[in-house]
Amino acid sequence: MKLQEYRSKEILARHGVPLLDGVVATSPAEARAAAEEIGGPVVVKAQVLVGGRGKAGGVKLAATPDEAEARAGEILGLDIKGTTVKTLLVAPAADIAHEYYLGLILDRAARAITVIASAEGGVEIEETAKTNPDAILRLPLHPLIGLQEFEVRRIGFFLGIPAELRKDFGRAMHGLYDAFVGSDADLAEINPLVVTTDGRLLALDAKIVLDDSALARHPDLEAMRDLNEEEPSEIAAREAGISFIKLDGDIGCMVNGAGLAMTTMDLVKLAGGEPANFLDIGGGAKADKVTAAFRIILDDPNVKAILINIFGGITRGDEVARGIVEARANVQRDVPMVVRIVGTNSEEAKPILAEANLITADSLDDAAAKAVAAAKGAAA
Amino acid sequence: MSILVNRDTRLLVQGITGREGAFHSEAMLAYGTNIVAGVTPGKGGQAALDGRVPVFDTVADAVEQTGANASVIFVPAAFAPDAMLEASAANVPLVVCITEGVPALDMLRVYHVLKQKGTRLIGPNCPGLTTVGEAKVGIIPGDIHRPGSVGLVSRSGTLTYEVVQAMTDAGMGQSTCVGIGGDPIVGTTFIDVLDLFNQDPETEAIVMIGEIGGEEEEKAAAFIAREVRKPMAAFIAGRTAPPGRRMGHAGAIISTTGGGTAESKRVALEKAGVRVADSPSHIPQLLRDAGVR
Repeated sequence: MKLQEYRSKEILARHGVPLLDGVVATSPAEARAAAEEIGGPVVVKAQVLVGGRGKAGGVKLAATPDEAEARAGEILGLDIKGTTVKTLLVAPAADIAHEYYLGLILDRAARAITVIASAEGGVEIEETAKTNPDAILRLPLHPLIGLQEFEVRRIGFFLGIPAELRKDFGRAMHGLYDAFVGSDADLAEINPLVVTTDGRLLALDAKIVLDDSALARHPDLEAMRDLNEEEPSEIAAREAGISFIKLDGDIGCMVNGAGLAMTTMDLVKLAGGEPANFLDIGGGAKADKVTAAFRIILDDPNVKAILINIFGGITRGDEVARGIVEARANVQRDVPMVVRIVGTNSEEAKPILAEANLITADSLDDAAAKAVAAAKGAAA
Repeated sequence: MSILVNRDTRLLVQGITGREGAFHSEAMLAYGTNIVAGVTPGKGGQAALDGRVPVFDTVADAVEQTGANASVIFVPAAFAPDAMLEASAANVPLVVCITEGVPALDMLRVYHVLKQKGTRLIGPNCPGLTTVGEAKVGIIPGDIHRPGSVGLVSRSGTLTYEVVQAMTDAGMGQSTCVGIGGDPIVGTTFIDVLDLFNQDPETEAIVMIGEIGGEEEEKAAAFIAREVRKPMAAFIAGRTAPPGRRMGHAGAIISTTGGGTAESKRVALEKAGVRVADSPSHIPQLLRDAGVR
């Protein structure tokens, strides 16, 4: 789960990372009040989870509260890569002398938490990795003892942190590490970390991505989820315990297992169609989950056919078949449905499907071809 | 004809009295797996599965009294890291963790502790492994197999079943099928299993099933080019996956910088001489083309 900048900063501040407190605003009037409260020039920043908000006009300087109100009016409602801006962070402006990048990632290759640091801050680290890879330090930390002082010193020297700010840098580095571990993050980055012209070290922007598997033990972080930035269908899926991602095609897919769900999408494409979604109903799904999955798939008006591919293991084929028949009776819109059920209790599923007059298939290739044909037939 | 588990495997089930544990233990017994013990803290002294399997309070007790030499874990995610550590501490040499949703930072610590101890860990978030006709450890349906000489290693669950079924339907049998799991941090990698298959005299060919995300398939390709002389076929799931989105498995995410795509994995594997299938159903034919009977 990705956290907004202001949420990420809240967490970093709690762990002692030096930064300038901002104020969240959701209207131009609130932005003006925030600027008045802060005093002096401010930056008005769109709170969106997609990258590239600066280029899209989502970050603007304001010298006075009047200007802050005007800039907020311009940014609120802006469409940034498909996300409408609804929240702003109004923060004190800083005169930057130098920018750095400082990040931590869960490094699966090194099986460690790895520090990524670069003296080329303010640009995306992926960009630096392409243009100037030597400017990046990658330092895997010991998985059992964590960040050590010698490592903090090494990172500081690599970045060229001014001597008088090394103590502050230590606070930032330790704070970032503690925030990462304390919130079970996959990624935590400060970009840029800056030294100001008046000699302060500050985190100006921050991003934290949390490990979804650990959210259950962080209810306070779960509460930071920004529902504004999720597809309503994806929210409904999460609540039903279904893994779902909306795509642009017209063939809805319902599958058990993530790898098989991706394969089903791939074979739809190979057969000349376009998948409308990724959907994994998970292991052991019963009728209620199948019904929820149906509703989510059919909520997408682009869907012209549905392909259901179930390989029973923990999941029982007859349970799914009954769920399909039940759900179909309860949904408003009827689209052609191709069903393939193999594995556990698939024999018991056959008469249920036959009675419901559904298109069936034995192999996955065949099912994909039939779904593509059905979608094309429906489109014609 | 096997790697990792066989007729001599003396299996212990952690979480044997739970819903999942009991259901799958029944299926493992039915397959012929030698389950010697179960562990559920607080239920020591009872017997599970209609009195056929003694239950112990601790893994240490179970190992001492039954000589268990492998453990399979079915406990909920919150308790799975502790269960893995307990099995390792009791000197169980092979630990298979089926549990899904283990936090990554917990896995980081568990991985390194088990590695130092020399415990082989399979998973977490995996379907387990089956040596066909000898031992089924985990949840791979037993009836989809046919005994034979093709080894299979996969990051996926149901997709593994799909490929096994396609092979069985085509009359092509398997030696051992190993699901290594789809999480970012897993105990055993493709390379570990490929190395075992490569050295197993009774495995003649190898099938590898990968998916988008990470660079394990690319690393495996380099290993294959260097070491593996047995015929190989592969399938990579996720060609149509959009970048930056997590496709169900925590590990299945394409970085937005272009690494870890199905295409980069396919190219790397083909360069290493592996035949890469467009559909799971094409795998038997690709192996035949490579000379496998």
